[in-house]
Amino acid sequence: MKPEDFTVDAAVDGNLSLADLRMDPATLAHQAVVAEEGGNPQLAENFLRAAELALVDDEDVMGLYEALRPHRSTAEELEALRVSLETRGAARCAELVRQAAAAYARRGLLR
Amino acid sequence: MDDDSGGLAEDRTADLDQGRMRILDAKPVNLDGFSVTNPDLGLVAMHSPFDPEPSLRISDGPEGRRVVELDGKGADQFDVIDEFIALYGLDLDVAEEAMAMDDQALARMTVDFNVPRSEVVRLVAGLTPAKLARVVALLSPVEMQMAMTRMRARRTPSNQAHVTNQLDDPLLIAADAASAVAYGFREVETTVPVLGDAPSNAVALLIGSQVGVPGAMAQCSIEEALELRLGLRGLTSYAETISLYGTEQVFVDGDDTPFSKAILTSAYASRGLKMRVTSGGGAEVLMGAAEKCSILYLESRCVSLARALGSQGVQNGGIDGVGVVASVPDGMKELLAENLMVMLRDLESCAGNDNLISESDVRRSAHTLPVLLAGADFIFSGFGSIPRYDNAFALSNFNSDDMDDFLVLQRDWGVDGGLRTVPVEHLARVRRRAATAVQAVYRDLGLADFDDERVDAVVVANGSRDLDPGDPKAVAEAATAIEAKQLTVFDVIASLKRTGYDAEADAIMALTRERLRGDQLQTSAIFDDEFRVLSKITDPNDYRGPGTGYALTAERRAEIDAIRQARTAEELTADQAEHHGHVGFDDVEIARQGSDPREVCIGLSPALGRSVWLSLCGLTVGEVLRQISAGLEEEGCVPRLVRVRSTIDVGMIGLTAARLSGSGIGIGLQGKGTALIHRRNLAPLANLELFSVAPLLTDRMYRELGKNAARHAKGMAPIPIFTGGTDESISARYHARAVALVALEREASEPGQPPMTVRMSR
Repeated sequence: MKPEDFTVDAAVDGNLSLADLRMDPATLAHQAVVAEEGGNPQLAENFLRAAELALVDDEDVMGLYEALRPHRSTAEELEALRVSLETRGAARCAELVRQAAAAYARRGLLR
Repeated sequence: MDDDSGGLAEDRTADLDQGRMRILDAKPVNLDGFSVTNPDLGLVAMHSPFDPEPSLRISDGPEGRRVVELDGKGADQFDVIDEFIALYGLDLDVAEEAMAMDDQALARMTVDFNVPRSEVVRLVAGLTPAKLARVVALLSPVEMQMAMTRMRARRTPSNQAHVTNQLDDPLLIAADAASAVAYGFREVETTVPVLGDAPSNAVALLIGSQVGVPGAMAQCSIEEALELRLGLRGLTSYAETISLYGTEQVFVDGDDTPFSKAILTSAYASRGLKMRVTSGGGAEVLMGAAEKCSILYLESRCVSLARALGSQGVQNGGIDGVGVVASVPDGMKELLAENLMVMLRDLESCAGNDNLISESDVRRSAHTLPVLLAGADFIFSGFGSIPRYDNAFALSNFNSDDMDDFLVLQRDWGVDGGLRTVPVEHLARVRRRAATAVQAVYRDLGLADFDDERVDAVVVANGSRDLDPGDPKAVAEAATAIEAKQLTVFDVIASLKRTGYDAEADAIMALTRERLRGDQLQTSAIFDDEFRVLSKITDPNDYRGPGTGYALTAERRAEIDAIRQARTAEELTADQAEHHGHVGFDDVEIARQGSDPREVCIGLSPALGRSVWLSLCGLTVGEVLRQISAGLEEEGCVPRLVRVRSTIDVGMIGLTAARLSGSGIGIGLQGKGTALIHRRNLAPLANLELFSVAPLLTDRMYRELGKNAARHAKGMAPIPIFTGGTDESISARYHARAVALVALEREASEPGQPPMTVRMSR
């Protein structure tokens, strides 16, 4: 859906749903370019990770967050998570999970 | 001073009970806690001997360049915070150049407006946390303000409000949100005393925040996962309580790591929610894990991490740990440095001030004023727009009963703190609309049924203590229903439309639509009331020295100036007319020299009894003259009234009267009540007795003045008249009115005209 399709009438008619609140990955990719050009590559990186998450269901997003909290996951579980993200095309989130797994192993933050 | 008496008298125990010390002991500032500096506990503001030396080593490996040493630690020693900053936080292309620079040279660049902002931002991107802390610590408070003025990201300052109440009453939340946006807040933040109520608070805040003035963003600050869930359903539009800490121990105690926060940050962006992180000094000290480091250095780690995470902004500079920071030397300066570091890292600064820093009004004002003057993206990360007791976060540094003070401060300094005066009629309208909108939506969606009496009570309530507690389960049940039905923003919009609140339905849909465009995800973004995004991208700070950067438009200037207490001279003298003609003054003749040794002339100012009828102490001029005359007569003297037309100066009026008087003693009296006794052979400014503080005078004192004038006339010693002094700010209270009365005197004066003997009639 385009932003123009978001009207009060559409809401009254029940034509808008939760899934419509996810950002279009292309929009986030565009915002990443704007952020990068504005001199903030970290903000751009965040938008690119967000573009990956925009295609992920709410519950899976919550699950990913939960898995990365301290002492929640074993190394194997994080590796499985990494692979599943990789498979879904969420390469940046997958890389973040890989980095987290390495840091957690060293700092004793695995389950 | 040491205890050596140095030859002074021995201490008498009774002498130690000093009256003035008792007064000082009872002052609010002495309710505050003050800590002796103690680096072992992290009780040190700007620099600890245990802070690491700044360092950065980069290695070029097969997988690209990576950080192998950061602030004295090798990669194998990195904690999770170091790790994340090393992975994402630093611009390695500029780091070598920036880290090699002298601290002082960098500090000077932050305040030198001839160095472009972008150049400072570029270099700071390559500074490690320890290096940036050192650079900022070199600045004086005034230099920090200068740096803030030019380094904050958004050109236009703004402000954020807390909107909460102890009952989680949704009608009151909506009404207070509507009040907040009327005052000009562009972000409103709620939270809950009772976690389960959160969905109801979020819905009420969302609706109330779009009444009257659309486009403010709303958040419901609660446990991270639940907060995200509300955001995913569109019931909030931003989040800011994603907490960061400066040590790994405290981070993990907070049940997160930088990696989990990174996913959270991206999760918010993936649903179009604006988001900033929260840090703020003192938290690590409170949690007993500051690792002996300074508050500034730990906060520098947080700010570096915020940038590394890709957060667009940071809330710091007076958050929950503010009491700790303010308890140590340089504490307030450290808080200002926190805001500055955020700006230097090119992030949105939501500048704290949202926790009451002190019991002392002087100290809490001193905390906020530098930020107000320098400007920030948000001056407060939560001005308490509700009464202190209703604030479910913590008391803010300024609260609803400080609103007039804040509006006056904006006007005093001619600075934009984001707020404006709101007429009571407007407040009444938007509060009623917001409360009835929530009443209608809660009925329509089957959440709760609040009656009209509740609405009436909410519209006029100062806070929840003015409301009947009502059914204690109603809000919890409404919140449960919102969760059970998994209501989304679209359900709220549809319900508003069905119940006739079209404007609010349109506003929330516009907010939702704009959010999907993503421009509000950029640094420092707010919506104006036409849903235009003001951000670092669309409204960049262009300060380059005096005469540049953000300036008040004429319209905004007028808004700031027009506080509700301002009065024109006409308004300030309107009460004079109520007493017009209560006595009459008839000209008798051009005043002649008197010869009766018992005669004392009373010199009247030009406007007295012509346009000025009421003195500043509230006595009519007729009554003042009656008392003075009675005093003279009681001592056997004879008063004569002489209108001195040519001057408004009370000294000259009195001297003129004295010269005409048979006794050589005269009294000068201005319409506003200032009076003195004069003698014919004195210089104009050397009078015998002066009542200079007209507002404090009483009928008894005017009578005593008359008696003393008579005693002077008879060659007797006068009896001193003690006024007892005052604690009032006479100047602040009365000078606006005095100026208006003096203008009437000036208008009535007739230069060159001789004095006229007059007769007073009743």
